[in-house]
Amino acid sequence: MAIVVQRKPLTWLEKTYLPQILGGMKITLKNMFRPKVTLEYPEERPVIPDNYRGVPTLVKDPNGREKCVSCQLCEFVCPPKAIRIWPGEIPEDAETAHVEKAPEEFEIDMLRCIYCGLCQEVCPEEAIFLQDIFSVTGYTRDEFKYRKEKLYELGGTLPDKHFKWDKKKEAAARGNAH
Amino acid sequence: MSDEKNDELVTVYVDDRAVQVPPGTNMIEAAARAGVEVPHYCYHPKLSVVGNCRMCMVELGMPEKDRATGQPVLDDAGNQKTMWLPKPAIACATKAMPGLRIRTDSDLARSCQQGVMEFLLVNHPLDCPICDQAGECRLQEFATDYGRGYSRFVEEKNVKPKRTVLGPRVVLDDERCILCSRCIRFCQEVADDDVLGFIDRGSYTTLTCYPGKRLENNYSLNTVDICPVGALTSTDFRFKMRVWFLRETHSICTESSVGANTLVGAREGKIYRITPRRNDAVNDTWMADSGRELYKQVEAENRLALPSIEGQIAEDPARAVRAAADLLKGRDKTAFVGSGRCAVEEQYLFRKLAEQSGAVRVDLVSRIAEGDGLLISSDRNPNVRGALVTGLIDALPLSELAGLAAAIDRREVDTVVAYNEDLTEAGITADQLAKVSVVYLGTHANATSARARVVLPTLTVFEKNGSFINQQFRLQKFLQAVPGPAGAPGDLRTLAALLDALGAPAPAGLDDVWSDMSASIEPLSGLRFMKIPSEGLLLDVPSSLRALPYAEGETLHHRPAESGVAIA
Repeated sequence: MAIVVQRKPLTWLEKTYLPQILGGMKITLKNMFRPKVTLEYPEERPVIPDNYRGVPTLVKDPNGREKCVSCQLCEFVCPPKAIRIWPGEIPEDAETAHVEKAPEEFEIDMLRCIYCGLCQEVCPEEAIFLQDIFSVTGYTRDEFKYRKEKLYELGGTLPDKHFKWDKKKEAAARGNAH
Repeated sequence: MSDEKNDELVTVYVDDRAVQVPPGTNMIEAAARAGVEVPHYCYHPKLSVVGNCRMCMVELGMPEKDRATGQPVLDDAGNQKTMWLPKPAIACATKAMPGLRIRTDSDLARSCQQGVMEFLLVNHPLDCPICDQAGECRLQEFATDYGRGYSRFVEEKNVKPKRTVLGPRVVLDDERCILCSRCIRFCQEVADDDVLGFIDRGSYTTLTCYPGKRLENNYSLNTVDICPVGALTSTDFRFKMRVWFLRETHSICTESSVGANTLVGAREGKIYRITPRRNDAVNDTWMADSGRELYKQVEAENRLALPSIEGQIAEDPARAVRAAADLLKGRDKTAFVGSGRCAVEEQYLFRKLAEQSGAVRVDLVSRIAEGDGLLISSDRNPNVRGALVTGLIDALPLSELAGLAAAIDRREVDTVVAYNEDLTEAGITADQLAKVSVVYLGTHANATSARARVVLPTLTVFEKNGSFINQQFRLQKFLQAVPGPAGAPGDLRTLAALLDALGAPAPAGLDDVWSDMSASIEPLSGLRFMKIPSEGLLLDVPSSLRALPYAEGETLHHRPAESGVAIA
């Protein structure tokens, strides 16, 4: 079914184009006095909200202990299979020997990562966090495979207060009541 | 359960579901037959019942009878009334009797299960993230199914020894132990090596070794398998891989002619562990520790991946096969040395190959050592019976290849085809080996492959499909768990290509080999690889085969005297 669109002929005023030009200049003038919404990226950086999901990173506790115990739940849950963990045992003479297990190597392929945050959600040790890094650059594919060292460097320390494993160590030092 | 007769069965009721079981059946098993899971920790079908975990508490009801007359008491509808016991009872120590009823989902049973779970979790360290059992842990599973979901325990948890080395292969974490005593009973009843026990009392009870003893018998890793929690862990598997990543493939242990059924756990082409698979006619739920380390041969240093001719790597397998065939063609002094470690199908094609190239003699390397009377028999070849059934050999192999050695010395043999066997370890000296041209088909490099003119790589038991015939003449199949090394085309294809090059086309596919075998070998008639059940199939073999003087002594589920006479 064809519809015939009726086009009204332009009026005399419209034929001068002046109302449209003035309307456009008015918008321009108004925006000149509005606050700026653009940033001079990369010199200026945006403010990242707390719940932003950027690059996943590994964190340490306030005592500098690596929190990850390589339970491999994040590796299991990761939808694009970006995470790869090589679990390892903490030697018995180490200070954190009571934790027993730590990753020998931890790798996140940032080209694969989809920033879904499931790894952070699933982590029972609160060791992996998606923080505020959003710009990932590199020249080779290998550079995008973030290894343990880089992930801890990006992650830093998490100021949590529960010290689960320290309490465990203290309890072991006190020993049993009997 | 073929020995059950219908008139010997009794009817019991599990959650009002009628199920027929032999009298005296454990009620946990009876419930399992009715499709109801009674949660349990200490009960194990192959160990004695102790009833100390209290997890399997159910409500118990007896058919009501009049005390004076012994007549059944009937309700209004004419059915016999049930007398429910006022207190719950443990299902594992209750035997099936006519009309017995249990309730596993009543309020009382539920509250029992929840209460036991709460007590078990009181001192549990909840270190699932670092626990190897996570993923196959009964405590995790039942906490999800019957637990309350949160802890009311605010007091401090008990401290017990962690990372205790019980033996060369077992590490104990006492805090995770729920004191089910399965490991203690296993050591007493199955391994006959009573080294584990509890010390201290109450919630301080601790599992430990007797002073001065270690858990080091060759069955110690079974305690790790039956541990319902993560208290006992395997040193070899500890912290290597989470179990939920492992794909488990049905396999057969090649350690001896017992043919223990196994599960091979692998992830992305790498094997991480081998665990026993239940087969009540062969290995129950056990296997030896030594058999669990056999997966290490897959990634051994001396693994052969590529064929070679005169010591030079040949990238093209077809060229190596042609070179091997050239060595065999037109010779009349060729000897073949087969292996009891090869699958039935491979032995069959190897026999055809020997026939085709007019072999003057076919030998098999024998491996006789002392058995342990449990799951390692004296014959350390998993498949000597297969070589007999397929006709590769017609008599039991001698301990050393003395006949072949003498034949080489007499210049009656100038070419030897060795399959998966190192001739120098089987009684052939280096001098004798130097007198003959050797074609070696094998998985690993050794002294024979170093002297071989043509080397064709083959696959280990973990990298192929096939079948073995164990000491009971039970045909058991194993399946491929991991891919073989790139360059090794597979045993059957290599053998078929050799046969092809010698002018006798043969099938290379497993199914085709089986249709060939079932047509020509009497005990295998009508069989196909896919038809072999996962628990194996007892073959009906001629009594002349059964009557051979086999080396095996008595092992679990096998008495030589029984197999010596024809059962059929």
